[in-house]
Amino acid sequence: MVEAKLNIDKIRKDFPILNRKVNGRPLVYFDNAATSQTPKQVIDCIVDYYGNYNANIHRGVHSLSQEATDAYEQARLKIKKHFNAQHSHEIIFTSGTTHSINLVANSYGSLLAEGDEVMVSALEHHSNIVPWQMLCERKGLKMKVIPMLENGKLDLHYVHENLTTKTKMVFVNHVSNALGTINPIEEIISAAHKVNAKVLIDGAQAAPHIQADVQALDVDFYTVSAHKICGPTGVGILYGKEELLKQMPPYQGGGEMIAEVSFVKTTYAGLPHKFEAGTPNIAGGIAFGAALDYMHEIGFDAIEAYEQELLEYATQRIKEIEGVIIYGPEPKEKTAVLSFNIEGLHAYDLGTILDQMGIAVRTGHHCAQPIMEYYKIPGTARASFSFYNTKQEIDIFIDALKKAVSMLS
Amino acid sequence: MSKIKERQEEIVDEFSMFEDWMQRYEYMIELGKTLPSLDEQHKKEENIIKGCQSRVWLHADLEEDKIKFSADSDAIITKGIIAILIRVFSNQSPKDILEADVNFIDEIGLKEHLSPTRANGLVSMIKQLKNYALAYQAKLS
Repeated sequence: MVEAKLNIDKIRKDFPILNRKVNGRPLVYFDNAATSQTPKQVIDCIVDYYGNYNANIHRGVHSLSQEATDAYEQARLKIKKHFNAQHSHEIIFTSGTTHSINLVANSYGSLLAEGDEVMVSALEHHSNIVPWQMLCERKGLKMKVIPMLENGKLDLHYVHENLTTKTKMVFVNHVSNALGTINPIEEIISAAHKVNAKVLIDGAQAAPHIQADVQALDVDFYTVSAHKICGPTGVGILYGKEELLKQMPPYQGGGEMIAEVSFVKTTYAGLPHKFEAGTPNIAGGIAFGAALDYMHEIGFDAIEAYEQELLEYATQRIKEIEGVIIYGPEPKEKTAVLSFNIEGLHAYDLGTILDQMGIAVRTGHHCAQPIMEYYKIPGTARASFSFYNTKQEIDIFIDALKKAVSMLS
Repeated sequence: MSKIKERQEEIVDEFSMFEDWMQRYEYMIELGKTLPSLDEQHKKEENIIKGCQSRVWLHADLEEDKIKFSADSDAIITKGIIAILIRVFSNQSPKDILEADVNFIDEIGLKEHLSPTRANGLVSMIKQLKNYALAYQAKLS
């Protein structure tokens, strides 16, 4: 039994927020796909930074600056190891996935020319659509869209049939935020590479569940947000292959990213600093490293297996409710996300009543309107589980959902 | 006391009788269920109130010198909120609607109890009610 491997009671004690009450009821937090909760190990790390060695990095001669720089670079190294990047300078600290994607769309995008094509999937979060649309408008590029099938998976035939030598970039999420679909990115990457297109994988939703190996995937760019993986908000990374990052011009100008500045000519710093203008989120970066340490201590395989168990249990139990419609593929083909509607009811009403009973779920279009458009629905209710959730919480959720349905119908 | 003020006080009283918000939501759901549906012809794009997560349509007719509001939503709690607003503001003169304060919403604690998106939607609804009043007042004078 995998469940026996995880000591959930002990794990739950690491998350102070799980003790609080919402609307007089114990919190049941099922909005993990929006942001994960933060263990005290990560909170302590942030407190320790501000309490003991807060200083600007990479430029001070004094001890505090050295300590902060070491800790920040140590975190970069942890992230490099976690994603198995070849070099730590292939890990660029950003404010999160959205920033990472904008960086690539602006910097790598500037190397593209009119008439070039890019390919996006219909399953994307708006963050992986809009920056590219802006680029397409600016540069006169054509955007092709990989369609989604009824079961919430991508139409791979489209990919194979529509990749041409004109295709320069493909961007797909590893896991869909709205449905939880795990996309066959290996196949997409290898197909794209056959026509010399580069691939960006938005790993924001995958990171808390799947440990991606960027070298094995041979992916060109991979993006992650720390706050989805038990880290703080406002920090994330862009992984990029060294050869690509070297070709790319800086995206933002400022301190840290320069070698020398004069009014005649400024020369830029090497990787990764070329893409890290300004004082970064130092505490956030260090805490991101602490979050990965925490996750590894529990173990990604155990996390994945336990979350799968939760998802299967929740899927089975929610089917007790008449009129339930579940979106996306079968549990085995997705991460712990249950995106659903109850026939005749608005997801927003369900979410409001569940909140009255202390249960946090997300409702709405989940910043993925093309998916909602496909199903012709205004939105869904989404319960997303993490390794600190329990089957008892799922029982509370199902009971509350039944109550909400009886109130609303 | 104006009719609007009177109705607002009634609603504040009604809300204060409930023990908790679950009961208040049950009440709003009941109100939502009893609000007559809006004619399909009025469920058009220009009647949609922007800023709501659920879709809300608001229609207004001038009958003699009073404005008659009718509205609908695809979410039932939202419909309940609309029902409260209609009870307060419908069949009133544009002048009274424009002069009315909306403190009763704070008094029943509705705004702070709604999610931020829903609270924004509520503000948009009231703004739209007042916009209609302004337009009809101009028409009448």
